[in-house]
Amino acid sequence: MTAEAQQVARRGAPGSAGARDAMASVLRVAVPILLALAVGGIILLVLGKDPLAYYGYVARRGLLTWGGLQETLTRMSPLLLIAAGLIVAFRAGIWNLGGDGQFLLAAVITAALAPALVGTLPKVAILVACMIVSAAVAALWAVIPAVLKARYGINEIITSLMMSFLGISFANVLVKLFFWDPSTTVPQTRTLPVEERLPRLFDTTIHSGVLIALAVVILVHLMMTRTAFGLKLQVVGANPAAAVHAGLNVPWLTIATFTLSAALIGLGGSVEILGVFGTVRADWNPAFGLLVVPLVFLARFNGYAAIAFTLFFSALMIGGDSAARRIGVPQHFVLVLVALLLIFLAVVEYLDHQRRKRIGA
Amino acid sequence: MAVPVAAVRNVTKRFPGVVANDGVSLEFNAGEIHVLLGENGAGKSTLIGILAGMQQPDEGEILIGGRPVRITSPRASLELGIGTVFQHVLLVPSLTVIENLMLGGPWWRNLLRGPALARFRELSQLLGVEIDPDAQVGRLSLGEQQQVEIMRALWRGEKVLILDEPTSMLTPQGVKDLGAVMKRLRDKGVALILITHKLVEAYELGDRISVLRLGRLVGALPPERKRAMSEQEVTDAVIEMMFGTVAQHERDAEILVGRGRRTHRARHVDRAGPPRLQARGLATQATRGACPLRGVDFDLWPGEVLGIAGVDGNGQKHLAEMLAGQRAAASGTILLDGRDITADAVPERRRRGVRYVTDERLGEGTVGAFSVATNLVLKEIGAPPFFRRGVSDWDHIHDHARALIKRNDIRTPSEKTPVAKLSGGNIQKVLLARELNAEAGVVIFNKPTYGLDLQNTRLAHERILAGADQGLATIVISTDLDELLEISDRIGVMFQGHLAGIVENGPDVERKVGLLMTGAKAA
Ligand SMILES: Nc1ncnc2c1ncn2[C@@H]1O[C@H](COP(=O)(O)OP(=O)(O)OP(=O)(O)O)[C@@H](O)[C@H]1O
Ligand SMILES: [Mg+2]
Repeated sequence: MTAEAQQVARRGAPGSAGARDAMASVLRVAVPILLALAVGGIILLVLGKDPLAYYGYVARRGLLTWGGLQETLTRMSPLLLIAAGLIVAFRAGIWNLGGDGQFLLAAVITAALAPALVGTLPKVAILVACMIVSAAVAALWAVIPAVLKARYGINEIITSLMMSFLGISFANVLVKLFFWDPSTTVPQTRTLPVEERLPRLFDTTIHSGVLIALAVVILVHLMMTRTAFGLKLQVVGANPAAAVHAGLNVPWLTIATFTLSAALIGLGGSVEILGVFGTVRADWNPAFGLLVVPLVFLARFNGYAAIAFTLFFSALMIGGDSAARRIGVPQHFVLVLVALLLIFLAVVEYLDHQRRKRIGA
Repeated sequence: MAVPVAAVRNVTKRFPGVVANDGVSLEFNAGEIHVLLGENGAGKSTLIGILAGMQQPDEGEILIGGRPVRITSPRASLELGIGTVFQHVLLVPSLTVIENLMLGGPWWRNLLRGPALARFRELSQLLGVEIDPDAQVGRLSLGEQQQVEIMRALWRGEKVLILDEPTSMLTPQGVKDLGAVMKRLRDKGVALILITHKLVEAYELGDRISVLRLGRLVGALPPERKRAMSEQEVTDAVIEMMFGTVAQHERDAEILVGRGRRTHRARHVDRAGPPRLQARGLATQATRGACPLRGVDFDLWPGEVLGIAGVDGNGQKHLAEMLAGQRAAASGTILLDGRDITADAVPERRRRGVRYVTDERLGEGTVGAFSVATNLVLKEIGAPPFFRRGVSDWDHIHDHARALIKRNDIRTPSEKTPVAKLSGGNIQKVLLARELNAEAGVVIFNKPTYGLDLQNTRLAHERILAGADQGLATIVISTDLDELLEISDRIGVMFQGHLAGIVENGPDVERKVGLLMTGAKAA
């Protein structure tokens, strides 16, 4: 076919375009980070603090000291599991914003169950049982918004948020009314002894939940890109009408996705208790769920990118805490940095979008 | 000579893997209908996309009233007085007709429904259409949606009106009406740009004709020359520009000019045996803006092509969706080879050999952001051989795609290109390739050649007939009567949710079908 041959002959060089794309995606992340650090530095200057000292502490404490790095890596595990749960849902176009409730309920169930089981079962069995039961409870908590969306098309953003509020309160009620350890004065569950928790990695303080979390994120990524189930979810997410046209069972997929997402987030809550705290105190709510949402967006629902963002974010959280204490700015300054980062990421994203629209790619 | 209202000069636009426009220069004059012709993927939509502010040219310039301008956004284009009806519907499906029309206006106007309604009535009258201004756009038929699109483009009384394949959805009468509207607008001094694949429209409506091929302007008929030529001469000249020779394409010319009916080939259909498909009293639930089925009966035999004619929006959509299993029947039964399949969903019906080519190629037929390869297996996700125990075999999927791309002459830089980046006709080829590929028993085509150029239209017709010759029971829904006359064995007419009658294709069929379309009972 001559027409085709001509068209092929006039192709541009694909290699150079690929390199430019890779460059663009690095810039898309690097530029906002630098801008956020610069503006954050200006704010510190205005407050009369030394920005270089602050950033120095953040880097040292978050990444460059052994103790800090261990803390950072430990913090990654709940964030990664939440990210995995959100990626599953968001790729399918399901906006599960109920992560905090799902996370906390799972944490409480684990904190109640694990100490009670000690002595009855081998340690590994207890750990696995706790993770499974907690993930199942979290999944159960997502059934209502899932069914409402699948059956009646009710917007899941609102219902999952409402269920999240309910879940957080319910978790508290559970701690205060049912699982309160009578030997403590503050309402909290019984504590899982340190030797019964998730084993540490070698000689570090990092627990093996990090490995579980990394494995889960990678598995989710592979599921999305390499399996029929993942592809079906993406069809539902990208074009629900096409999903119906192709004969996919959209209501069933919606429910499956929603509960799987919640289960993974719940696993995050369970692992955090089994690895770090061993107990849940009433009114404890780290609110990781909503923090991870923007990270997942920035990673464009890509599992590997989510790992990188989570590492960066954990280091900022861990390092920011101690840096704030040392140079005397409020603890929450790290949130200012995060907010700046998000704003600049969004702006750069927008500009990039405009650029790509201009060149029509 | 007067300065052209709009012009492009040496415009070049490249996309990864393809030069869509290659140094194109064209002029658009007031009071002139300028027809753009060219095969699928020639670069027509890209060129008007540049005028409409959807895309920036890599090289070259745009002149408005002789002045070079940059059109950086669709809004900028509208402000310059350029209104565009795109090939694919761009309305917001969840809003009503009137809300969609009010969207483009300044914010303080958005609240004033009165003036908007007045303008709506004015335009309804101008176009001669009747649409409920409060109907949700997503529920309208494609033809009606397109009419709303035209209103949206005319909403501000433009200098330039661009129409990208506006007639592919319309009935002969609709095309005639649209032609009248276009001529009225031309006489009021509007510069019109019309993209079409039908030469008869180009001849009847066009004052000036330009032909694109592989991104380049390969020929033009200015008004002086066109006026001096007969229809046959214009056709020959254009075909020669499009494809190089005349003799080789005599049949193309016939189809293009709309004289294709002469090529109807009488086929023998054996109706002595049991029918493949039997529909009895089919009815569907009404949805706002779409006409439901109100009792449809027909039999369809293996090897037969049943054409369904009728004005768009008389229940064709529901009929197709119901047969495919996408829409539940409110009452009635469907028998496939004598077996009741009324309660079966899409996957079961597919397993039993029912195939459906939708008329909404981007709306539901494809996932635009996904690759051509993925879209070619969209209805086989999870099934072997492309998926083994739930795991995607991407090598296999891509090999399969390359084979189909070659066999169906789909113009795409690669099988990994997102399908939305293909030209309209090439997306349609993806749809046809997917359904014609598999083992089937019954195929339902809804506007199968919508947006295809003449060569591809012929190819599609040949393949539909080849399928029927092999024993497929085929339903072709189309608003293009010539198409149905060419390939159908029998033609049924949908009218207000009923199948008003089914007549044998043959002499005098046109008159009978015309009568049925107005609601008269079959003689
Ligand atoms: N946004 C885009 N990105 C990449 N390639 C594109 C894009 N838009 C168009 N193309 C390519 O440019 C070429 C011209 O496409 P265009 O849509 O202009 O064709 P067309 O003449 O309108 O064809 P049709 O008759 O099928 O509608 C095609 O090869 C198409 O794949
Ligand atoms: Mg086009």
